[in-house]
Amino acid sequence: MTTYTMPDANGRFGEFGGRYVPETLMPALLELEKAYGEAINDPAFVEELHYYLNQYIGRETPLYYAENLTKKLGGPQIYLKREDLNHTGAHKINNTIGQALLTLRMGKKKVVAETGAGQHGVATATVCSLLGLECVVFMGEEDMRRQKLNVFRMELLGAEVRSVKNGSGTLKDAVNDALRYWVTNVEDTHYILGSVVGPHPFPKIVRDFQSVIGKETKQQILKQDGSLPDAVIACVGGGSNAMGMFYPFIEDKQVRLYGVEAGGAGLDTNQHASVLVNPNPGILHGTMTNLLQDEHGQIQEAFSISAGLDYPGVGPEHSHLNDTGRVIYVSITDDEAVTALQSLSQTEGIIPALESAHAIAYAEKLAAEMNSDQRLVICLSGRGDKDVEQIKQVLEEK
Amino acid sequence: MGKEKLDNYLNQLQSENKNLFVPYIMAGDGGLDNLEERILFLQECGAAAIEVGIPFSDPVADGPTIQNAGKRSLDHATTLTAVLDKLASFKEKRIVPIIVMAYINPIYKYGVESFADSCVQAGIDGLIIPDLPLEEEAMVTDALQHRAIALIRLAALTSSSERIETLAHRSEGFLYAVTVTGTTGVRSSYESKVKTYLQQVKQQSPVPVLAGFGVSTNEQAKELGSYCDGVVVGSKIVDLFHEGKTEQIKQLIQASI
Repeated sequence: MTTYTMPDANGRFGEFGGRYVPETLMPALLELEKAYGEAINDPAFVEELHYYLNQYIGRETPLYYAENLTKKLGGPQIYLKREDLNHTGAHKINNTIGQALLTLRMGKKKVVAETGAGQHGVATATVCSLLGLECVVFMGEEDMRRQKLNVFRMELLGAEVRSVKNGSGTLKDAVNDALRYWVTNVEDTHYILGSVVGPHPFPKIVRDFQSVIGKETKQQILKQDGSLPDAVIACVGGGSNAMGMFYPFIEDKQVRLYGVEAGGAGLDTNQHASVLVNPNPGILHGTMTNLLQDEHGQIQEAFSISAGLDYPGVGPEHSHLNDTGRVIYVSITDDEAVTALQSLSQTEGIIPALESAHAIAYAEKLAAEMNSDQRLVICLSGRGDKDVEQIKQVLEEK
Repeated sequence: MGKEKLDNYLNQLQSENKNLFVPYIMAGDGGLDNLEERILFLQECGAAAIEVGIPFSDPVADGPTIQNAGKRSLDHATTLTAVLDKLASFKEKRIVPIIVMAYINPIYKYGVESFADSCVQAGIDGLIIPDLPLEEEAMVTDALQHRAIALIRLAALTSSSERIETLAHRSEGFLYAVTVTGTTGVRSSYESKVKTYLQQVKQQSPVPVLAGFGVSTNEQAKELGSYCDGVVVGSKIVDLFHEGKTEQIKQLIQASI
């Protein structure tokens, strides 16, 4: 059996990944790589991390058997991995707590982060409040409009939220400004990157901290049913909940893995965020991966109803897993996601985040091709409280 | 042509005891039609080389001035291909070395080998790629070496002495010593450690060392140049061209060299 050991020492997942950053940041990336390698081999660090995961975040999260949804769809047995039940309402905090502990370990007292939907910003502001770190969060102007409540939550937690007006005022532009801020303050500040994107070692670190999702899922389903699931679905923007879910299953070839990208207004329009549908490799935010870009290498704007999936790139490991075919990447439109959000709310009494609703919507399609002897796990990456105001508007306009 | 031309040009100016001054312009800011005029003007002013910036949608190493210039340029639909064609069209009229500053993605999309060929045709002597550190430069080094195009490395205030040693010995044409921990843009002052940093870099470097990022006055150019071999001035030049104050550019360069 071959063992999956990505990334290599240069931070490569096949041809993807790497570290394309200004020299000013290279020493910080090397320091981070070293500190991370030492930390995960230090039992005291691991114990502290687990303490916070259990006592503060509320892990492990349930692997909930969605009986009503199973009956409604009439296909496989459906399980929801309830990352929405984490403290702060999404999977993001699995990573921020780990990186905040690393920040302290490196002797830094300040943190910068970017945020799209605001979930990563809130999760970062939360752990900074807990551990006494100063926190600056960059957020696109358009996203601040879409996610007002999360802006207020971050401020309430003591973080400074800086509005980004450049470009489309969304996640990509927030990452640009967070990187510029980091270049300027790198000597005393750690960048808590929120997804499996950016220069090495971020894609690895974020994946590792998020892989608690897949590890728990595996143990839980083996305990309940004695065998692995037939299929696993997760939504993909940068792709951190998906990588965290998929990683522990990569070598279990019998488990089919599906990553769901945002299809926005549809793949036949230029208003979507489905990067892996027509792979187009390039370099953005320090990593080589597939991108939405024009023939001259200028990055194009992504579109999605969901601020958390509104990104013109994707984690380099997803690009690699797409190339090898280990993960199948599909796309769900805004309309399909909104319908799935309503449907899960009404069948299970769970309002999913718009991001996670993309995974639900694809599960509804996939269920039609599966039978009742099979089992399907959906990563419910976050709860929908942050989206209800936006959904209300969308439904009223219909 | 290429690295040799850059070396000779800088050597000549240094033998005349000149402080080297490399102005940066954003190609396509105001449209590509002004590129020839601006380059010939800067050559006339006494530039040691001219750094021609290629606009990119996501310039993370740049501060607001160059970001905005890049945006204006992209609004004129400037492409890397068009800049290379334009530079090729008047290469016989130039004696000053041309250095292209481009982020890696437009070069990668163009294709590294084709890009290197086009650089030769366009009369480009050197390249600066701000988001291509030592760890990733193998992606372009063979293609550039075969065509004798200089790859100018950047050293940073955060670089260790070992990294500076490697950067200095690999750098071709000159070594670009970044004098701020941050992005490009005008600064009124420098951290005190900049002096010792430049002196250390200068001591380690077999090629001339030029200080850059934040330099905007002839006093700064003279002072920083006294610790090394000269300066690169970007945002200030971009602003002055944008405002049409070309006479001030001439004064700035001539008072700095």
